[in-house]
Amino acid sequence: MLDTLIALFLVIGGAFALIGSIGLARLPDLFMRLHGPTKATTLGVGGILIASVLHFSSRGDGLSLHELLVTLFLFITAPISAYLIARAMLHLRGDDKP
Amino acid sequence: MLNAAIVFAFACIAAALLLNFWRLLRGPTTPDRILALDTMYINTIALLVLFGIHLDLTAFFEAALLIAMMGFVGTVALCKYLLRGDIIE
Repeated sequence: MLDTLIALFLVIGGAFALIGSIGLARLPDLFMRLHGPTKATTLGVGGILIASVLHFSSRGDGLSLHELLVTLFLFITAPISAYLIARAMLHLRGDDKP
Repeated sequence: MLNAAIVFAFACIAAALLLNFWRLLRGPTTPDRILALDTMYINTIALLVLFGIHLDLTAFFEAALLIAMMGFVGTVALCKYLLRGDIIE
């Protein structure tokens, strides 16, 4: 039962990471390409980390929660890096002059 | 079943890393390349965690956490350099 749940989270996480990277490779413009990695890939890594929490909690050494630190850090920093990349692109195009 | 799911996730992450590398080589502008590097380190974290599940070892999480922090600092430094022409003013 728990193995099924872990396998489900692994498949969901891998599929979302792949979808985000396909978006990064295929979409036509940088501002569209920002959507793929910052949303889909972050969700995919979150799914794989949840599978890791379940797997290492089921081994009998007690609850294993330190993977959630990585998830939390990624969910906090992904919007900040996307914002900074969009700002850099606007600056290069010259759109941020008053 | 768990082994099949791990192999599937490994294949997905490897294909994602190849697509990111293609964008890193091709990407017409510099922010495209920064975005490709940013996605590559996120996928590398997923690869490390998968490897930890596969080998049943917990020693990879510190490496994953370090890659997350250093990758974010690298992205911010590259973007600051593009924005201001300097990293620490």
